[in-house]
Amino acid sequence: MRSLSRSRLLWGAILLCAAAAALLPWWLSAYILGILTVAYYFGVFAMAWDLLFGFAGEVNFGPTFLIGLGAYGAAILDANFGQPIVVCVIAGALVALVGGLLLVLPALRLRGPYFGLVTLVAVLLLQNFIVIFAHITGGEIGMTVPDVLSADANANYWYALAFLFVCTVILFGLSRSAVGLILQASGQDAIAAQALGFNVTKHKVAAFCVSAVFSGMAGAMLVFYEGAASVDTVISLSIAVQVIIAAVLGGRRTIIGAVLGSIFLILANEFLRPLGQLNTFVVAAGALAVILFFPDGFLGYALRGRQRE
Amino acid sequence: MTTPARIEVRGLTKRFGGLVAVNDIGFDIAAGEIMGLIGPNGSGKSTVMKLIMGIERPNAGTVIFGGVDIAGWPPHRIARAGIGIVFQHSRPLHRQTVLENIKLALLPDSLLRLVSAPDVETRAIAIAERVGLGDVLHRHPGTLPFASLRRMEMAKAIARDPKLVLIDEPFAGLTAGEVAAFSELIRGFRAENRAVLLVDHNVKGVAALVDRVFAMYLGERVTEGTADEVMHNETVRRVYMGGDLAAIARRPAPASEKPTLLQLDRVGVLYGKARALDEIELQVREGEFVSIVGLNGAGKTTLFSAVSGLVPYSGAIRFAGRDLKGTTAGTIARGGLVQCPETRELFGDMSVRENLDLGAADRAAQFAWLLELFPILEARRAQMARTLSGGEQQMLAIARALMMKPRLLILDEPTLGLAPVILEQLSKALERLRQTTPITLLLGEQNVTFALPHADRVYVLEHGRIAWSGGPAQFAEEMGAEYL
Repeated sequence: MRSLSRSRLLWGAILLCAAAAALLPWWLSAYILGILTVAYYFGVFAMAWDLLFGFAGEVNFGPTFLIGLGAYGAAILDANFGQPIVVCVIAGALVALVGGLLLVLPALRLRGPYFGLVTLVAVLLLQNFIVIFAHITGGEIGMTVPDVLSADANANYWYALAFLFVCTVILFGLSRSAVGLILQASGQDAIAAQALGFNVTKHKVAAFCVSAVFSGMAGAMLVFYEGAASVDTVISLSIAVQVIIAAVLGGRRTIIGAVLGSIFLILANEFLRPLGQLNTFVVAAGALAVILFFPDGFLGYALRGRQRE
Repeated sequence: MTTPARIEVRGLTKRFGGLVAVNDIGFDIAAGEIMGLIGPNGSGKSTVMKLIMGIERPNAGTVIFGGVDIAGWPPHRIARAGIGIVFQHSRPLHRQTVLENIKLALLPDSLLRLVSAPDVETRAIAIAERVGLGDVLHRHPGTLPFASLRRMEMAKAIARDPKLVLIDEPFAGLTAGEVAAFSELIRGFRAENRAVLLVDHNVKGVAALVDRVFAMYLGERVTEGTADEVMHNETVRRVYMGGDLAAIARRPAPASEKPTLLQLDRVGVLYGKARALDEIELQVREGEFVSIVGLNGAGKTTLFSAVSGLVPYSGAIRFAGRDLKGTTAGTIARGGLVQCPETRELFGDMSVRENLDLGAADRAAQFAWLLELFPILEARRAQMARTLSGGEQQMLAIARALMMKPRLLILDEPTLGLAPVILEQLSKALERLRQTTPITLLLGEQNVTFALPHADRVYVLEHGRIAWSGGPAQFAEEMGAEYL
């Protein structure tokens, strides 16, 4: 019963936060809304990563492989074939899904750090691929897309918020469902989970698919917000590291924590910009300190506090 | 047999590379029967359990369960066929409550059933109450004592309603009272006409519970029968104790006025929540050879780890008059207390000479002396440690420990997995050490026949407690029968 009430509490908090966030455009400048818009897409990246790492226990050091596939898949379709944005986003998600299924093969053969290495290499390969096929992808400079979601900062903000909200409801709901429980068990002790009659492979493949689809969709949405896709914004390893830090900061295995971590990280990055080169250093050092002293992240720590009562 | 066999294992064989871990093992377990599968470390008993559960795939053999050969199936299919397992160590879901952990076991293996069936909750509560977890349903596993975590594992196994339950070391780390409660639970399985396979180190632990015992050693079947028959089986006694106690040559114990070198006062060690050592009182005098005998899992290695500063402990350990609390393992070793661990810990890709050179200062002289002690190492000096035989590795490990010129040498299970001829060589080397050096020796052994001739005094360790202590002469009379 207590766990049920805790679940209700979190759902309530999600609704309340979403409602409050929807009102922000009347308060905040277009500049800050723009930052939050990016933060919300990042939130989806981090949630999708948390589902794969936190729940399924798959060490994915290259979340931008899936994100980048979605982003470039959508961008290429839009730029070359002029399809509507909805079609492009769905196509991007499908491309990412294929990428996710490709990752399943090494994931089933390799353990922990070795699979992590494969995911890193996947990002580098994708990056090289984009540079080599510059005539389609725009190479290192990136490519612009003819369509954008909106030119209005408020509208863009609401698009991002609505997208984040829907993704949160689905992913958080999934994590709290019976399937989420089985997935957690598979991630933590695969043999024990199998011995309880669960087909761990099936559940892990499903987790890869879900994570890939959401990563790809969010990547595609980000492209149509920014009006461009480039290696620096959706593929580079520094973005990958930021996604991971955001999820860990917020609290692994919490899904919602990933959103909090993303918003915090993106805002911190922006507000510390006056520090110039020191900016990244301060943010990274801060993140490191949080991870060292609160390895469960913000939300993990808060939830643990309730547990101890 | 009157009842038809529930599970029939025939010709089960598993090889890991060149090592035959399980060789042609076969047995039946009937419904409502509890069978004990026993054997020392490395005997292959755990592998047999894993083969049945599908965690490892057998190289040969059949496992007929419910009329179907399930050998080689993946574990989740075997689980669904009706076999459940209680792991000794498993990682529960720490973010979830006890009740949710049990509910997990009741969920269908489906990607689409997002909401669990309404009866899952009531069934989970009923199971929790049955295993005695009714009061802690909403606690998290991290806040529970070890025995309760084991109960939770038991609950998860029951939840699948298995026809055959495999239980790995059912009583490890439990107190006497908890053992009684668990025995009752396991008897409950029998009463419900389930078949039960208990895997344990020794017969004694499971004797009161089992209908039948199957003993293994080095992957082979040794014998099968009632607990009493197996305990008195010639081969079983040799495997566990090394042979007949009466044949031991006894030596007079030396006068005990030498100063105390090592003193343990009420030493206790906890592994997580499992009590590995309890109130150990132990004393070793200068120049003494003391043996600590006990079966696998009795706590010998833990005791040595505590003395070497490798695990945290309660109580006090004094070496040469100094309290070791707070001293690092490195400092303790340099202070003259050197351990030669059960796992040997050699540097596999270094030669014999290089391994020894890691030992200490006065190399040349020490080296010559060691080659005299273990002549075989002379011939092997340029060879990689990894390529040595088990016995040679053991000698190298002891030699390396001796390079550090210890005052007190700890040998943990030096005979583990070694052939009799090697045991004899080791025996001779130990005897030479005693005669030619002032060294003090603390020897941990399961093989009593090896341990007794090298002991001025003997301690028997059982379930983390000192069960007996005295001279080697009294051991055979007072402990011999009860040891197994």
